[in-house]
Amino acid sequence: MSSDSNKPVEEKPETKPVVKKPEEKSVELPKFEKDISDKIVEKFGDKVEVAFVKKDRVGINVSRENVHDVAEFIRDGLNYDHVESVSGVDYPQDNEIAVVYHIGSYSDPTLARQLLVLSTRAQREENPIPGNDATRLPTLRDIFYSVEFHEREIFEMFGVYFEGHPDNRRLLLPEDWADIPPLRKDFAIKGR
Amino acid sequence: MTTELPADIQSSSSEIQTDKPSSNWLPPGLALQKVDERIMTLNVGPQHPGSGHMRLIVQIDGDYIVACDPDPGYVHRGEEKMAEYRNYITNIPHLERPVIHDSCNMLYPYVLGVEELLGIEVPERAKYVRVIAAELNRCIYIMYWLAIYGIFLGHSTMFMWPTGDRELLIDLMEKMTGARVTHSHFIPGGVRNDLPANFEEVCLRQVNYFEKRIKEYAAVFYDNPILISRTQNTGVLSRQDAIRLGVTGSVLRASGIDFDVRKKEPYDVYDELDIQSIVMTEGDAYARSKIPWLDMMDSCNIIRQALQKMPKSGSVRVKLKPNPKGKGLDTVYKRVESGRGSLGCYIVSDGKPEPYRLKLSVPSFRNLIALPYLLKGEKLGNMPSVYWSLNYWPVEADR
Amino acid sequence: MLKDLLTPETANVFVGKLGDILEKAIGKPLGYAINWGRIWSLWPVHIETACCSVEFGAASSPRYDIERFGIIEAFGSLRQCDLVVVQGTITRKMAPRLRLVYDQMPEPKYVIAMGACAITGGLYFDSYNVLPGIDGILPVDVYVPGCPPRPETLIQGCLLLQEKIKRMKARTIV
Repeated sequence: MSSDSNKPVEEKPETKPVVKKPEEKSVELPKFEKDISDKIVEKFGDKVEVAFVKKDRVGINVSRENVHDVAEFIRDGLNYDHVESVSGVDYPQDNEIAVVYHIGSYSDPTLARQLLVLSTRAQREENPIPGNDATRLPTLRDIFYSVEFHEREIFEMFGVYFEGHPDNRRLLLPEDWADIPPLRKDFAIKGR
Repeated sequence: MTTELPADIQSSSSEIQTDKPSSNWLPPGLALQKVDERIMTLNVGPQHPGSGHMRLIVQIDGDYIVACDPDPGYVHRGEEKMAEYRNYITNIPHLERPVIHDSCNMLYPYVLGVEELLGIEVPERAKYVRVIAAELNRCIYIMYWLAIYGIFLGHSTMFMWPTGDRELLIDLMEKMTGARVTHSHFIPGGVRNDLPANFEEVCLRQVNYFEKRIKEYAAVFYDNPILISRTQNTGVLSRQDAIRLGVTGSVLRASGIDFDVRKKEPYDVYDELDIQSIVMTEGDAYARSKIPWLDMMDSCNIIRQALQKMPKSGSVRVKLKPNPKGKGLDTVYKRVESGRGSLGCYIVSDGKPEPYRLKLSVPSFRNLIALPYLLKGEKLGNMPSVYWSLNYWPVEADR
Repeated sequence: MLKDLLTPETANVFVGKLGDILEKAIGKPLGYAINWGRIWSLWPVHIETACCSVEFGAASSPRYDIERFGIIEAFGSLRQCDLVVVQGTITRKMAPRLRLVYDQMPEPKYVIAMGACAITGGLYFDSYNVLPGIDGILPVDVYVPGCPPRPETLIQGCLLLQEKIKRMKARTIV
């Protein structure tokens, strides 16, 4: 009760810039996050594209040919060491499926708040045959061991085959699943 | 950073997989065909007192586990697909269902993410109410986890005590939200209802009693020589492997890495509260089972601080438009520290009232990766204690 | 006269009739006694299927103590069990396993559908991987509504099941 007068005042401006108008945000890019994205751009040049630089989040878009090299640099050069989350996002209008890695760090205390959002896109097939069509990406399992089950999940949910992944088996879906991968946008759930 | 994987990790998974590309869509279990006469393949679960809602395919040589292949997915209910068909408000009830006894923490990252997408600022009092609810829920979750751990180890007292004591906190949550376990209390813009009258006093009294009560568990459970002999030096996860496997929560902190999202990336008012993140360095099942218990005492401490610092009056939610929309193409990833570890929610919005894609990055699923590695070389009898010490809740992992 | 009727050709008819008479005479009280014995030792099989298992566990807790009504805590092997409490959502992956568990249990066996998901699919009515209720795969005796049901509701469901068993015909007496 006594201390609620001084502290919230200095807290509120911190959270606000994230949600405010984009023109404010572009003026004051966070310094530390900008450095991280600059290092990646410096190393790879126009092979990478910085999607966004927010507070504690750096977004990098990479093509599927370069994702392995970029990930290797992120681990060795920038001290990120584990993947928190691997999400697939289906974009039927672009004919692509994006796979988004959220990479964090345990070993480097300065990076504890940071998450590097590495996004890459695989070609999308109209009639998917999971594992046997062109929807393929190189696996990052040899760089970040923690993606193993995540990539298995992406494979069954989106049909993205990870080349070089040692264990591309089904994980969550029933054994007799014969439909297309369910998280694609063209899979409609019943009654909707 | 070292680049190569440890030999143990590589061999543990290379033994169970087949190398033929045609086996990609084989169901789990059928790939385990390379067995010689000494090796026996056991199917543990889904109906098994020591497995819960999942199946473990375990290969044993005599009494020792050679390989283990977890087969989750028995509770895969398609939460992420369903979320794409519901708007931001109607998503709330079903997104908390993966962990109903930790439902406030389960909703927390989603609510924070939606607030960031919609650009909502939450009132100060609501933030404190949220912290109190989240910490109470963490205790409720851990008590249930502890009860099941007692069952897994054949320790019936440890089932009865926590299930009885957690009702105290469930009563508090019921007073606060109106429901026993599925609260749906957090909404974008605050919490659903203000605290009832006289809540602070009751809460303080209950929490004090609860803390006194859980301290007694040491005598019956944590200092029990039988428990110690069953869990110490069992399923040891070293610091390096914990980093590499990307585990989280109590599993990570038992391996000597100080990582607690409440401390490292504070959300709401956690930066104003004094949080100890408990770290142990042993990395065995005993440390993994002790850390949640110590966490509960820390939670009691946080609740007391929050009750003290909370503004005594004020609104607890901002009014939302009927069908809130995101502002164009936007993505947000928020994480919180749940009862099991860092829980993330990734929302992709395209300016419609429904999320374009919603992904829950759940700690149970991340901890599952460690299971085949930890079980390798263990005795079969230690399997339940290692399995449940991973703080694993199958419903959450399958989503 | 009875001697005339009792020829070798009609002997089996007589035996059958005798069985009927015997069952009429003692079947009802004996069946009642057997059912009475059954209702106080219902053993639920240890199969958790979804999140309602939290409330099932809470029902065995000291506060609710379902054991005083004769429902034993879920323990042991399914060969000794006679009650399936379907605790919540049944997914398409779990459904064959649930049926397998049910088929392996000895007669007599009873089913309680616990929670909205087990009854109709509940919140997950439109999910691609969830059965809309378990009626299609198991014969359900008692439905316990709620999402999740409170332990009191589960206890009431168990008491209803006991009432039902009391009135059931106990099979294979004579």
